[in-house]
Amino acid sequence: MPSLKDLRNRISSVKSTQKITKAMQMVAAAKLRRAQTAAEAARPYAKRMETVVAHLASNFDAGSQAPALLAGSGKDDVHLLLVCTAERGLCGAFNSSIVRLARDHALSLMARGKTVKIICVGKKGYDQLRRQFEKQIIELIELRSIRNLAFTNADPIGKKVIGLFEAGEFDVCTLFFSRFRSVIAQIPTATQLIPASASAQASSTGAHASYDYEPDEGEILATLLPHHISVQVFGALLENAASEQGARMSAMDNATRNAGEMIRKQTQIYNRSRQAMITKELIEIISGAEAL
Amino acid sequence: MAAFHFELVSPERQLFSGSVEAVVVPGAEGAFTVLKDHAPIMAVLKAGLIEVDETPSKKQRLFVRGGFADVSDTGLTILAAQAIPVEELDAAKLDAQIQDAEEDLKDAGTDEGKRVAAEKLAQLREVRAVLNL
Repeated sequence: MPSLKDLRNRISSVKSTQKITKAMQMVAAAKLRRAQTAAEAARPYAKRMETVVAHLASNFDAGSQAPALLAGSGKDDVHLLLVCTAERGLCGAFNSSIVRLARDHALSLMARGKTVKIICVGKKGYDQLRRQFEKQIIELIELRSIRNLAFTNADPIGKKVIGLFEAGEFDVCTLFFSRFRSVIAQIPTATQLIPASASAQASSTGAHASYDYEPDEGEILATLLPHHISVQVFGALLENAASEQGARMSAMDNATRNAGEMIRKQTQIYNRSRQAMITKELIEIISGAEAL
Repeated sequence: MAAFHFELVSPERQLFSGSVEAVVVPGAEGAFTVLKDHAPIMAVLKAGLIEVDETPSKKQRLFVRGGFADVSDTGLTILAAQAIPVEELDAAKLDAQIQDAEEDLKDAGTDEGKRVAAEKLAQLREVRAVLNL
């Protein structure tokens, strides 16, 4: 049976925890609004880009002269996983669900005898993946110092991936991130970046007959594809930022509610034991008086 | 004049969406004007100015630093790497861009990279001369 003082201490500590989670929830809500606007504002560009690439790519069907970024290196041996997670924790299952998706993917690839390489964007994913894939992780990119994500933050990541691809370091690149659906729903997603043909073909609408190209198609595609990869990375980072804040907001909302519940229960126990003590004292006094 | 739909988007946000009468686009192989029912074309842009005529009296000029233009049945879409309205563009901003390009040129390793960087620098200088800043 905890003493009254213990109970009082417990209640006050839960109360201050509740204050913190409440504050974090409000901060996350404010940041979420900004991140959500940014993510939504970036969607038209990515969407247009995708249709343009898909359209160009459909003209290269089975063409031998298609750029390597589109058609791939012709092999399927080395896979690069680009895992984007948050820099901070305390956001529910956000990081773990992305990591779980990436881990399952990596394990199934390894079971099939492929080589896996991992680039982590964000420290939390790195911390979780490090335990299992220490040797496979080739790089950790931290974005902690960046307050507002801009395209210039994503571009170097895209360029790095392309550089590795051109150096023949991998054959297939997959991007892992969490798509923002709503505050309570974030969907961990895997997108294939390189070769781009698989994803492009799927979204190709076809039926564009006479297009003029200036300069010619090959050249446009050659400049467009690297840019497209950076755009996809940028989109993923923005979606991730919004998802992270959403996840944190609902996690902190739950925490605040749990703390409230705990305070209620503890206060009840506190009051009961205080009442019991008073009753006991009264009984002692009364029975003492009766004995006289 | 007949109007058509024009969209200008950068990776960060949509900058313009609406119906316009004419747009002058700085194509890599020469500037061209897009009017209604322009033949479908896909073009790479160089650094330069986009001139948008919403109505004969309402014009707007924007600076873009490279990108792609896509004319289809639905209208014109410009995917710009970076776009700034001319009114917001000043000598300092442009100078920063030029300096950026100069650094790119210095850092460029391959001949191809050097050529691209030098081209970019020349385009920026040209813009600066045109705007007379």
